Amino acid sequence: METVITTDKLTKRFGSFVAASELSFEVHRGEIFGFLGANGAGKTTAMRMLCGLLTPSSGKARIAGFDIYHETEKIKRNIGYMSQKFSLYDDLTVSENIRFYAGIYGMSIPAIKQKTKELLEELQLVNEAKTLVRELPLGWKQKLAFSVSIVHDPEIVFLDEPTGGVDPVTRRQFWDLIYAAADKGVTIFVTTHYMDEAEYCNRVSIMVDGVIAALDSPAGLKHQYGNQSMEDVFYELARKAKRGE
Amino acid sequence: MKTLRFLLEKEFRQLLRNRQLMRTLLLAPLIQLILLPTAADYSVKDIGIAVTDNDHSTTSRRLIEKIVSSGYFRLIGYTDGYPQALKMVEQDKADLALQIPIHLERDLVRENQKQVFVSINAIEGTKANLGGAYLRSIVSDFDDEIRLQWNVAQSDAPTVSVASSNWYNPYLKFPLYMVPAILVTLVTAMVAMQSAFNIVQEKESGTIEQINVTPIRKHIFIIGKMIPFLVLGIVLFTMGLLVGWALYGVRPVGSLLTLYGSLVIYLLSMLGLGLLLATYSGTQQQAMSLSFFFINIFNMMSGVFTAVDSMPGWAQAIVASFPPSHFIRIMRMVVLKGSGIGDIKYELAWMVGIGAILNIWAVLNYRKTA
Repeated sequence: METVITTDKLTKRFGSFVAASELSFEVHRGEIFGFLGANGAGKTTAMRMLCGLLTPSSGKARIAGFDIYHETEKIKRNIGYMSQKFSLYDDLTVSENIRFYAGIYGMSIPAIKQKTKELLEELQLVNEAKTLVRELPLGWKQKLAFSVSIVHDPEIVFLDEPTGGVDPVTRRQFWDLIYAAADKGVTIFVTTHYMDEAEYCNRVSIMVDGVIAALDSPAGLKHQYGNQSMEDVFYELARKAKRGE
Repeated sequence: MKTLRFLLEKEFRQLLRNRQLMRTLLLAPLIQLILLPTAADYSVKDIGIAVTDNDHSTTSRRLIEKIVSSGYFRLIGYTDGYPQALKMVEQDKADLALQIPIHLERDLVRENQKQVFVSINAIEGTKANLGGAYLRSIVSDFDDEIRLQWNVAQSDAPTVSVASSNWYNPYLKFPLYMVPAILVTLVTAMVAMQSAFNIVQEKESGTIEQINVTPIRKHIFIIGKMIPFLVLGIVLFTMGLLVGWALYGVRPVGSLLTLYGSLVIYLLSMLGLGLLLATYSGTQQQAMSLSFFFINIFNMMSGVFTAVDSMPGWAQAIVASFPPSHFIRIMRMVVLKGSGIGDIKYELAWMVGIGAILNIWAVLNYRKTA
């Protein structure tokens, strides 16, 4: 299997505080990789390093075949990112947001037009194309933000708690979008606090106190820890955490 | 370059959609240019004066009449004792207390000299200074008058008098002096502050994070932020120029090309400041207090109201590093005097230098990664 993310002892320190310690793992092409952990476990720090937003303190990593230290701009061409914070422009319309992000990734005008049409249909937002994003319900915004983060057909997309605060029905629809993207060969790297979502992933890692405490398929983890659900597996691991929020 | 197009498209859309900003942009030049040149006037009038007349002579009454009829003074009180007059100054009713000594007329005739005493409330510096000076000149005028009357022979003595003529602003019209400077403060506040706010707003909302994971180069991003505010500054300046012309008949004597060329250089330097402030602020509140600090100092020290030339040397050295001080000079020179590039090259060089430093500093300090 082809790997698109390889890390080797990737570490980030802030002063004496080790936010992420010696992370070593691999993610395969087209995989949905769940990145779990309690608040403050170091998920966001790890993800920001992988996206090139944060320079690691030590360790190695290759993203989409590019070195994390020297080829960040090349990495940026090949990844998508959806942050915890809402990342679309509130004061632009739905189609203006799509156009802007597609444009800065260097897509041509005809390609942007085509893509906009496709996305609007896929998201059933055709009638809202000229609506300011500010006026959309949260769930719609999140679905739109996801679609915009993969507008340039990246190899990998990083999703940082993409469904926080979203209702269960919309979360389900959101995951349909994720599956559709994965089917097209996009690798999904997703953090979440919802254990039902963890079950949707091909493989799951659980971070505790800056360290990857477990990594396997949801079924494998449940078997390994002898628990009925991912919820129980998560409890058992996260309870050992010493560092608070 | 292709990405720049999309950035600009987005920035202009957002700016034009920002109703509040557009409203301020339209109203600010109008309001400031109506209020400031007419209201914030240098000439001091309506100075309250309390007179203690111990002489009660024709001469003393003529002196008081002359003072009051000068148009600068308003007689607040006519008291018998100096303490009462001083009380009026203490109570802020009067700005000056004039004491006319007993036997003013008699001594003037007999001894050919006599002093009057003036106490000035110096809390309001300008008023006190000018009030005292006005009063002195009125008294000396009066002195000449009575001497002329009493002793015609003395007028044969040679006297030197100064006749002055005011160039470039012959009638010392205040608006003519103020309009160019106010235009500068106007674009300064708009351009430097708004560009800083704009970038920090992207930090606050989190969209800058999204931009930072895209392959956009940081100088393209910064240029994309600068151009809209450059255009905004030029539009604002033009509107202010038109308002100044319509309201006060202020029309640039010099070439518009020189004026606008200097404006662009000035705006680029102030945009550099805006960007720099944005890189040091995490929230709009921080950007607000930082820019408020600078804009305040700029407005007070760059020669809008007080002449830079009369500041102490060290202060002048500091002011030289303020781009607005140079642009205000350029404005006054080009608008009032019609100076050309050759006359303003020193100011231009300063603005280019400071602008380069600010911009380079801002670009170095702006990071896509933490």
